[in-house]
This record gives sequence, C-alpha cells and structure tokens, in this order.
Amino acid sequence: MSVLASLGRATAAELAKVFSLKSWWLLGLIMVAYVGMTAAGLAFFVSDLGAQLAGAGTGAPAPALDPVDTANLVYSSVTAVGLVIPLLFGALLATTEYRHGTLTPTVLAQPRRGIVLTAKAIVAALMGALYGVLGLIGSVGLGAPVLAALGEDPALGEPEVIGVLLRTLVATALWSLLGLGLGALLTSQIAAIVIVLAFTQFVEPILRLVASVWEWSASLGRFLPGSATDALVGAGILSSLGALDPSAPSAPVDALLWWQGGLVLAALAGGLLLAAALTTQRRDVE
Amino acid sequence: MVTPTPLTIDSLTKVYGEVTALRDVSFAAAPGRVTGFLGPNGAGKTSTLRILLGLNRPTAGAALIDGRRYRDLEAPARRVGASLSADVFHPGRSGRNHLLQLAIAGGIDRARVDHVLAQVGLTEAARRAVGGYSLGMRQRLGLASALLGDPAALVLDEPINGLDPDGIRWMRGLLRSLAAEGRTVLLSSHVLSEVQQTVDDVVVIRHGRIVFDGTLEALEAGTSRVRVDATDRAALADALTRAGATVEPGAAGLTVLGLDAARTGEVARDAGVALTHLSDEGDGLESVFLALTADEATGTAPAASEGSAA
Repeated sequence: MSVLASLGRATAAELAKVFSLKSWWLLGLIMVAYVGMTAAGLAFFVSDLGAQLAGAGTGAPAPALDPVDTANLVYSSVTAVGLVIPLLFGALLATTEYRHGTLTPTVLAQPRRGIVLTAKAIVAALMGALYGVLGLIGSVGLGAPVLAALGEDPALGEPEVIGVLLRTLVATALWSLLGLGLGALLTSQIAAIVIVLAFTQFVEPILRLVASVWEWSASLGRFLPGSATDALVGAGILSSLGALDPSAPSAPVDALLWWQGGLVLAALAGGLLLAAALTTQRRDVE
Repeated sequence: MVTPTPLTIDSLTKVYGEVTALRDVSFAAAPGRVTGFLGPNGAGKTSTLRILLGLNRPTAGAALIDGRRYRDLEAPARRVGASLSADVFHPGRSGRNHLLQLAIAGGIDRARVDHVLAQVGLTEAARRAVGGYSLGMRQRLGLASALLGDPAALVLDEPINGLDPDGIRWMRGLLRSLAAEGRTVLLSSHVLSEVQQTVDDVVVIRHGRIVFDGTLEALEAGTSRVRVDATDRAALADALTRAGATVEPGAAGLTVLGLDAARTGEVARDAGVALTHLSDEGDGLESVFLALTADEATGTAPAASEGSAA
C-alpha cells in the first residue's frame, strides 16, 4: 500500500473520529457565540470612541476614524479572543488518544506513527480553518450589523478587510497545529488544557504588555505567537488601538510583516510537531 | 480461503528501565490451532503481545507474523486482528463509529462493520455511546474490532475477562470455529481453567520466561497424583518405581506421580502388596499450572488480581 493511500485513509479516519464526538461542534458553538459577542462589544466601543474624538475636535474638522481600521478591529476579534478554541481543538486531537487509550487501536490500524501524526496535522489545519470560518460568522455576522446600526461603515467590500478575513483562516489553522504539536509533545490531556488556557488567557497577554515597555524587549515580543498572529492577520486589539488613536505614540519597533508573522507561527507549530515526532511518537504505546 | 499465518516469537527480550520484563522468550502459534498464552498477571503476556503487534519495541529479538513484522505487513489490519484491552474506546463514541473509523483507516470494506457487530451480538447497542457499555459488551466490541478485517490470525489479550457464563460458552465456540477455518488464534489468560476447553496448545510464562510450551495433552500428562499406602511400604515403593512412577514418601503414605490410580492398583497387585489406602489426589490442570507459575520462594502463585495485566 502506498504511503499516499495510507495517508489518505488515516486522514479520513481521523476526520471520522472528530465528527463522531460532540466536542467539535461544542467548541464551534462557543467560537461563534464568544467571538460574536466580543465583536458586537468592540463595534459599540469603537463607535463610541469615534463620537468622543469627534466631540473633542473644537473648530477643526473632526478626525474621523478610518472605517477600514474600525472594521478590521471588530472583525479580528476571531484572533483577538477566539484562538484558544482551535488551540484547544488541536491539543485535544492529540491527547484524547492517550486519555482514553484509543492510541492502541489507532496504531493497530496504522502502525506507521508518522502517517498518523501527519494525518492529524492535516485534520488540525482543516478544522482550524473551519473554526476560523465559524469565528468570522460570529465577528462579521454580529459585528457588521452593529457597525451599520451605529452609522459606521462595515467596509465589507474593501480589499484590505477581505485580506484580514482570509488571513484569519490561516491564523486559526496554524493555532490548531500549535495545539496539536503541544498535545502530541505533552500527551497528558490535563497538562495540555491547563497550559493552553494559562498561556492564552494570562501568560501571553502579560508578556506582550511587559515586552512593549522597552525597545529591546519589544523587538523580541514581536515573535510571541499572539503578536505574530496580529502581524499575520493585520489587525488586533493590542496592536490596532494605537492605529485608531492618532494621539498615541508610534510603536518603538516595526511590527513583523504579515508573511513574517505567518512564518513565525508555522515554524513554532512545525518545531513542536517535529519534537513530538522524534520523542513521544517513538515511544511504546502503553 | 484463509492464508496460513503463523505467529513466531523469537528470542524476545524487553527491558523497562531496571526491570527485565521478558527474557529470551520464544514460541510459536500455528495456523488452525488455538494457542493459550498463560501466566500470572505481570508475567509478560501483554508485553509480548504488544511487541508482536508493533505497539512496543523489543530490546532484543523479534516477533513475526508469517515471517514479517506487523508494521511491515501489506495491510496489517486485514492480516492480523487484535483485541488487547477493553479500555481502548472513547466513552463518547458509539461502538459502530469506533469500528467505522478502524475500517476506514485499515482499508477494510465498510460492510464488514455491521457484519462483525452482528457476529458478536452488538447490533442493538451499536449506535449507543461506549460509555454505557458493560465490560462484557466492551470485550465483544474488542473482538469485533479484531474480526473486522477478516484476518487470518487473531491475537486476544484476556478475551474471557468480564464475560458471563453464556458469553464464555459463546466465545469458546467462536474461537474453535475460527481455528477450524484455518486461522491462527493466540489468546492470553491468567486462569488456565478459563481456556482449557478452548486451547490446543499451551505456552506458560512466568517472570518473563517461558516455563512450558507444548500441547494441552502434554500438560495434562503431568497432572496425575495418587496417594497410596501399604503395610509393606518399601516393597510397594520399589514396585511402583520399577513401573516408571516417581514415588515420594510421606507421613500419610506414598505420593505417586506419573501413574494413574488404576495402574497404581495393578502394580501393587502384581507385586503382591496388599494396599491399606488408595486415593486419586490428582487435582487437575489448574494445580499443574499453579505449580508452574508459583514463586519458588513462597511456594504460592503470585497474586492473580483482575485487570492488572502487564
């Protein structure tokens, strides 16, 4: 049997495994609701901010907010708050096998572990992109009507906005791969969940804030996965607020280019997967 | 037509850190026969089977399926079917979906899924989540996974565990008929009596070493044990020893090994010794098995607790 045929079967089997459990659509539901509410909240916030800026400008014409920046900020709530979902999905894809002992039948059906891990990576990327679509359903589906209702321009036809939306899918796919690499390396489901939640909710936001204080740390901070994601997508709460407020000081270091941000994430995910392939994936299946 | 698929364990050694779990283990399971792989829990049965199936790596030696390693087989799941534990199912997935994904991964016709579900009597429970299955039902699902690829060889770890008496009878019949079709059946158990009506060949492992490898008849031949006494013990012992028996003197008479009760009586009669006592103390295969697997130090079999297979 050729490697490609085996990989195709292993990938189809991994997809069948994902869709035969409830967790994938529960995560999807959370993605739509959480991102949607965040986007609606942001839409109110930026509209209010625009009104305040307009009120402050006495005499001179009010410095109107750029509608593209506003829309990008609202729509990028997928990557601002929703990345934890594909990250968690990827981590669960790897660790569920250890948690429930299903690795034994999986490896019996496909004894070449590299094929199993590659199949899981394909499924992680596909499902990550799907969570990106679900996130956009939330952020655009709720954010755009709220913007429109508040008299702002949803800017959905702008090429820049469309670019942000498309790169959001790349970001969620890469974060799902990050989760897979992390899970495959840790193998413990509890450890993976704790690390995923702690890193995305506390550790990284704090690191990014602290890193922005000094120039040397800011240049390193650009390589944090969250900063790299903002660079890749081209918008984000922490990096976009400055762009919205013309009075804010300009960033001390240049942000990464979008493709550099993507490369940072891809290298991180690839590194974790490679490390797992060389260590945990070569161990006995217990 | 079933392709004859012998399973060969060749000088396997497996070291886990400081512990040597298997020492130079060799035996074979032949097509058309049911081979019982017996030993107390922790003796190395599961380690051996997991190496045979490519799940664990041996420290030395090889375990081959028709001359090839599991991972080198063309379509392993269609050549060898295995069920190693009843705890390899996601509780949230239905039994049918579990088999379906195995069929997809193994390149097995999906029609086999409903066929094996019917074969093991799980058709009605097939669409329910495995979390609600009893141990016996999970054993049946494990057997269904093993049968899925219509394999020429079956490897089953403790398949009787958790089955009710009806289930055990059913399992015996199924395994006998699979062997009758020319398939190789290798099953492990820590209790000989559970499988003695099923197996043709017996391999006994203790502390990672093979201590018996032969047919069930050969194992049974070692089981007879007769207690006998006479006024003239010396003459009796002499006659029995000349008849080929091993005689052990004791306080309550002589213990005779290697002759059954009828033959012992005949030998005494022919020697003209009047017996004062003759009783058949043969306590069956299980005690031979226990003697084989007992610890020398304590003379007792290691604890054979449920479900803690190595």
